[in-house]
Amino acid sequence: MMWMPELPPFALFFIGALIAAVTRGPLRGAIMVAIPIIGAIQLSMVPEGLHLQFAFLDYQLIPYQVDRLSLMFGYVFHIAAFIAIVYSLHVRDTVQQVAAIMYAGSGLGAVFAGDLLTLFVFWEFLAFTSVFLVWARKSQRAYAAGMRYLIIQVLSGVILLIGALFYAAENGTLAFGYIGLDGIAGWLIFIAFGIKCAFPMAHNWLTDAYPEATPTGTVFLSAFTTKVAVYALARGYPGTELLVYIGAAMTCFPIFFAVIENDLRRVLAYSLINQVGFMVVGIGIGTALAINGAVSHAFNDVIFKGLLFMSMGAVLHMTGRINGSELGGLYKTMPKTTVLCIVGAASISAFPLFSGFVSKSMVMTAALENGFDWIWLMLLFASAGVFHHAGIKIPYFAFFAHDSGIRASDPPTNMLVAMFIAAGLCIAIGIYPAALYSLLPYDTGYNPYDATHVLAQTQLLFFSALAFVWLNLKGLYPPELRSTNLDFDWIYRRVCPNILQRIFSIIWTVDRTLRHAFLVRLDRCLTFVAQRNEGVSSLLSRTYPAGSMVMWVAVILGVYLFLSFVQ
Amino acid sequence: MLVHLPILQVIVPLMAAPACLILGRPRLVWLFSLITSGIAFLISVSLLRQVMSAGTISYVLGGWSAPWGIEYRIDELNAYLLLIISAISTVVLLAAQTSIKKEIPKDRHTLFYVLYLLSLAGMLGIVATGDAFNVFVFLEISSLSAYSLISLGKDRRSLWASYQYLIMGTIGATFILIGIGLMYQMTGTLNMEDLAVRLPEVTHTRTVFVAFAFFIVGVCLKLALFPLHMWLPNAYAYAPSIVTAFFAATSTKVAIYLLIRFTFSIFGISFSFTTLPLQTIFLTLGLLGIFVASIAAIYQKNVKHLLAYSSVAQVGYMIVGYSISTTTGLMATLLHLFNHALMKGALFLAVGAVMYRVGSTQLRDFQGLGHQMPITMAAIVVGGLSLIGVPLTVGFISKWYLLLAAIENGWWPIAILILLGSLLAIVYVWRIVEAAYFKEPLIDREPVKEAPLTFLLPVWVLVTANIYFGVDTRLSVQVAQAASQSLFGVSP
Repeated sequence: MMWMPELPPFALFFIGALIAAVTRGPLRGAIMVAIPIIGAIQLSMVPEGLHLQFAFLDYQLIPYQVDRLSLMFGYVFHIAAFIAIVYSLHVRDTVQQVAAIMYAGSGLGAVFAGDLLTLFVFWEFLAFTSVFLVWARKSQRAYAAGMRYLIIQVLSGVILLIGALFYAAENGTLAFGYIGLDGIAGWLIFIAFGIKCAFPMAHNWLTDAYPEATPTGTVFLSAFTTKVAVYALARGYPGTELLVYIGAAMTCFPIFFAVIENDLRRVLAYSLINQVGFMVVGIGIGTALAINGAVSHAFNDVIFKGLLFMSMGAVLHMTGRINGSELGGLYKTMPKTTVLCIVGAASISAFPLFSGFVSKSMVMTAALENGFDWIWLMLLFASAGVFHHAGIKIPYFAFFAHDSGIRASDPPTNMLVAMFIAAGLCIAIGIYPAALYSLLPYDTGYNPYDATHVLAQTQLLFFSALAFVWLNLKGLYPPELRSTNLDFDWIYRRVCPNILQRIFSIIWTVDRTLRHAFLVRLDRCLTFVAQRNEGVSSLLSRTYPAGSMVMWVAVILGVYLFLSFVQ
Repeated sequence: MLVHLPILQVIVPLMAAPACLILGRPRLVWLFSLITSGIAFLISVSLLRQVMSAGTISYVLGGWSAPWGIEYRIDELNAYLLLIISAISTVVLLAAQTSIKKEIPKDRHTLFYVLYLLSLAGMLGIVATGDAFNVFVFLEISSLSAYSLISLGKDRRSLWASYQYLIMGTIGATFILIGIGLMYQMTGTLNMEDLAVRLPEVTHTRTVFVAFAFFIVGVCLKLALFPLHMWLPNAYAYAPSIVTAFFAATSTKVAIYLLIRFTFSIFGISFSFTTLPLQTIFLTLGLLGIFVASIAAIYQKNVKHLLAYSSVAQVGYMIVGYSISTTTGLMATLLHLFNHALMKGALFLAVGAVMYRVGSTQLRDFQGLGHQMPITMAAIVVGGLSLIGVPLTVGFISKWYLLLAAIENGWWPIAILILLGSLLAIVYVWRIVEAAYFKEPLIDREPVKEAPLTFLLPVWVLVTANIYFGVDTRLSVQVAQAASQSLFGVSP
């Protein structure tokens, strides 16, 4: 086989998507699995540098640029794509499969984009391809949620485009490097990244749409969109202090929603925001260790969050239910899924020897080292919270708790294989973090397994577990209830429409009155003109006798001569 | 052969005209005229290429050198006008045989072509010659044949319209002759270039003032500047359709050429625009013309009348551009010469097609034609859009440069008035569209078929040109710019 390192990764995925669109059955499965494998081998041979560039108008466009930061995300996106494709091999829906591959390809295109225009193109591609994964659920709720998701994503893209245009005007280049927050361009691009990164109050598209996607679709969704945003922030805004506070808020507020939420995939969506918060804090601190922490945490998060979404997807796939109140006792018939889910839960909770531990600790250490003590406390609280809602709540309510009487078996083999791979990676990275560290953008010589660190984390986890047990025994833990929890999106889904409706009804009334008054006036004017019409018409277009024409000639000549001589 | 092109340009149609009489058979004569006009067109193309590459061509008639003999002088402006006239004439002739079958008695068909070619030769002659008296001679040739052509119309009112045009045209020509005569009296020369050299010595004299005044008024009559336009609507409305299409697209252009040639090249810009109050008068009359004629057009019941009034309004635009008297302003005028020829040619020819099928050009007879003659009506719509000045049509190009010229001079109110004039154009074009597409066909009229190909072909050639030159403006803008710069003495 011929290797073409110059071929951008997204091209491979897009070509693969085309082929997958016209093939069926095992052949399509083989092709789909082959895409990320070939892509990963290609990527491992690519040297750093610019691989594709051409001039557009006055600007240099670089659709394919490779450095250590983008390589890191490139690898993890290939792994995630591979796992998710294996996980979704049983799906027969062509639209969903093609959209998923295109989506993964768009994510790769975005992280290897060397200029803002290319980034914008893939930014919008991400939105347009991923929304099909939501719509593929084919329910009215999914359609509406997908629509809201698409609108917000496209809005983010449009803001990015405007920001890029401003940026080009200010700096005379479209190259995507450090941007920073000075100037309107910096802010616009920051907002665009922020929306995709699920900053607080811009996060609702995530918790709204992800739980509505298909069981397999959510696995794809959880891997790419937010990580592309994290990558973009890491490239454009490292060391921006504002990000530290935004990130800290992101780690904390979802915990409260996650604890009371009943839909277990929505719980995971909230915990996704919480994990992204850790990365954002890392980028905000901006030291080598912090950036390393953010990037490696993104790497690990893609895998363990994927694993958790896969296990919940398996539950949804086998039982058709996903609400904590309707599940329970599944460990008896789904033992493998249970174990795999617990591995994921342990990873996200940062148990020592699991992958979350080796990356999250870097961010927290960096926060302490740089004097962000309060932030460190918030992160500590968030870590405990994660353990609470993702580490214990998810496996507990799905597989243990009260017996719901459901007797569903373990999911199809391809799903189990995908989860095994993910779980294996979680443990492997946890045990041997040096492999991961060698890929990181900076070399910091960090070692997570020192005594204080392990002890502190273990203490935290045990006390947290104790709290859960105690609360549960005392009956104080918020029970799983069928309910709708109001988040910030209540503002724009309920309040704003109501207010707008009021305002518009007033505007319409005023408008109607004004227009009526105007029409009456206009009518009067027209009647008046119509009465005079005959006069105007006959005056202007009457046929004049030759004599009067000649008179005009004489008049003009006379006036002309007069004016000539007067001067 | 190439050396003799300037005279061949005029002499070929002039000699072909009497030759028509010998041929006798109408179809044969038509073919012969078409070929003649086509040759004239080819000559004008090659002349334009020569001028654009090698500069002004001077041709001495009979070997008598300039001030004594007659000189034919072709610069960018002349070549540009020659191209417009011969091109329109050729395209219009394509439809002539079909059209006149219905509108002119059979025994006069040969006569029609004789007059047509004479008129063409006259107009080409006016443009090609470099001799002031020669201008008058060719003017009379083209005018006399024009009077007869108009009187060939089926409607008996054409006789009367032609008679009025005869009187007015003769007064105009006489005034021009008086003007030229006075110039000759003062300078002793008739050669234009010689005049341009000698006139400045005597510009302070009253005779030259009077000569200028007579000449200008005479030309204004010919170019139908408001309020000397009154002969035009009837003459255009009652003439045979082919004649209307040909004259509307060319004859006023020739008069404007004369105006530009005499004021810019012979009397000189400083004399015309600073010593004399030409700018104020023309700007006022031009703007008045735009509004009065556009409003008059709105009220017309006959589409030919409507378009004729619109022509008067368009002349107003050209005069406004001219009176701005900057290179851009003059360029706008020259562009509009070209563009207006394309749009009015297309529109009047399409109306001719309606006349051929329906037998009338009354607005009420257009009702329902949108469905019965879709291709012809589509042509009228595109032509109308061009008349309004919608982007992607030639109308937009000339309006654009006109606005540019007005704004360059800081004449904001003028720019606004020009735009308001375009609004009026929307109204009168809409009246045709409304009748054709939004009204039920008349009950007492038989449904008609689409116009024959002999009409559709030339109409759509012109419509396509309307769009093509609205997008690819290289030819028209380049030549107009070169002509306008050479008139202002700016070396390009």
